[in-house]
Amino acid sequence: MRQTAAARLSLRTLALGYLVCLLVVPLMMIFFRTFEDGFAAFWDQVATPASIAAIYLSLVIVAIVVPLNVVFGLVTALALARGRFPGRGVVQAIVDLPFAVSPVIVGASLILLWGAGGWLGGVAEAGFQVIFSLPGMVLATIFVTLPFVVREVEPVLHEIGDEQEQAAATLGASRLQTFFRITLPSIRWGLAYGVVLTVARALGEFGALIVVAGGVPGESQTLTLLVHSRFIDDQNTFGAYAAATVLMGMALVTLLLMTVLNRKREAA
Amino acid sequence: MGTALVQAGGVRRRPRRRTAAGGVGPLGLGVATLWLSLIVLLPLAAVLVRSLEGGPAGFWEAISAPSAVAALRITVLVSVIVAVVNAFAGTLIAWVLVRDEFPGKRVVNALIDLPFALPTIVASIVLLSLYGPRSPIGLELVATKPALVVALLFVTLPFVVRSVQPVLMEADREAEQAAASLGAGNWTIFRLIILPALLTTLLSGVGLAFARAIGEFGSVVLIGGGIPRDTEVASQYIAKQIEIDRPVNAAAVSITLLLIAFAVLFVLRLLAQRNLRHEQG
Repeated sequence: MRQTAAARLSLRTLALGYLVCLLVVPLMMIFFRTFEDGFAAFWDQVATPASIAAIYLSLVIVAIVVPLNVVFGLVTALALARGRFPGRGVVQAIVDLPFAVSPVIVGASLILLWGAGGWLGGVAEAGFQVIFSLPGMVLATIFVTLPFVVREVEPVLHEIGDEQEQAAATLGASRLQTFFRITLPSIRWGLAYGVVLTVARALGEFGALIVVAGGVPGESQTLTLLVHSRFIDDQNTFGAYAAATVLMGMALVTLLLMTVLNRKREAA
Repeated sequence: MGTALVQAGGVRRRPRRRTAAGGVGPLGLGVATLWLSLIVLLPLAAVLVRSLEGGPAGFWEAISAPSAVAALRITVLVSVIVAVVNAFAGTLIAWVLVRDEFPGKRVVNALIDLPFALPTIVASIVLLSLYGPRSPIGLELVATKPALVVALLFVTLPFVVRSVQPVLMEADREAEQAAASLGAGNWTIFRLIILPALLTTLLSGVGLAFARAIGEFGSVVLIGGGIPRDTEVASQYIAKQIEIDRPVNAAAVSITLLLIAFAVLFVLRLLAQRNLRHEQG
């Protein structure tokens, strides 16, 4: 297809114009609003006790969710890639389900299951608070991030095949030895990519958490909930912009890691 | 148990090593199934059961309440607009990224993923800084339907671009050149050669964008305003019903929303498969 210079230029202008209006200008705008009064004003909003507690809680949730997702994600990916069992298609569909479920429905489902009157509501009555506290927030975050590790690792497992694993087993390697010496090194970039996606989504989750979390500052308020509460409850627009800019900085780091890992993965 | 045997092409092994070859065996499968059930299936089952607490009549009553119907209608309407705009804009952007060369292309390519990396509440705040009160371009969209469309276009941008892009890269340029040498115009080439090759993956990208759009919450919560029967989307309605302790209403609308998402994904997949057969046939 031979395009004239004029046609190519106009398509380029159209595409870039769309991106500039939708992405670039709004992003620039929030940077400008955050730093228009100088860096000190921004820092004052980030260093409040509520804000530091929110950042800490977000990181705690990530620190719990990532290892769980890695362990169970790897087991699930291995079972799907190497096993031939009835109902494999159903398991595949369940793994993809969180992508199709609205985060608010995730939050609502956890309230209906673990809240008062739910099937597992007895756990709270026995003194282990799930809803409006950390366990509920962790469960919600695991739900929405569940597919990432499985979906990044499974295709790599298919690609590498199991000949080397078979050979290792024939030579007397135990199952764990085979996994750590053969399988893990070949899937490491795919796994790392899945972890980056998990971290980004865990830090940024909002819809599921606002339903499940109490949002009490310093206790059950993550960084995303802080942005919302500063804007809606405190009418502190500048503070909301500042907290959002912190989250945006994390997103840019994520993006950078994604680009680097993608190149590694393609080179591997 | 026999998986390793089957994969080894029937080579006989000592039983001890049967599942040692990388697989996780029945124990691993059990663990994975239990994990998925506890995290994903059990909560969703709780929603389904709760939605039917009052029988089919109770379910119908919950979803036919005027504000519920209005929320569902707005959600679907806005999501359809977003899906259609994405089909065109996404294909255009993918085309420019694959077939055009300009300085800074790599940066633009990386920028496409930004909405996936950016927390949805930040997307809302970002758009608010441009289209909110004190709007620098004098365009105040807060609490209007166009605001919902803009917010959803922002968060769904990557879906179509990222599904179409790889197919365009692998597209058969020789067929295009052959068609051009036989006198076909650019539009004819696009319509008869490029579009059929793209259609399968384009539809799946559009389906993902639609499914994301109807469930979206964070990006619309601030800029949408959530005015009942005007800009309140289904996810906001569900959150509100949970807050005011109407679990049956929340559960029934949740199930309806899920069914809409599945139905749309299913129909698009059927269309995509038909196109694929047509292409290969």
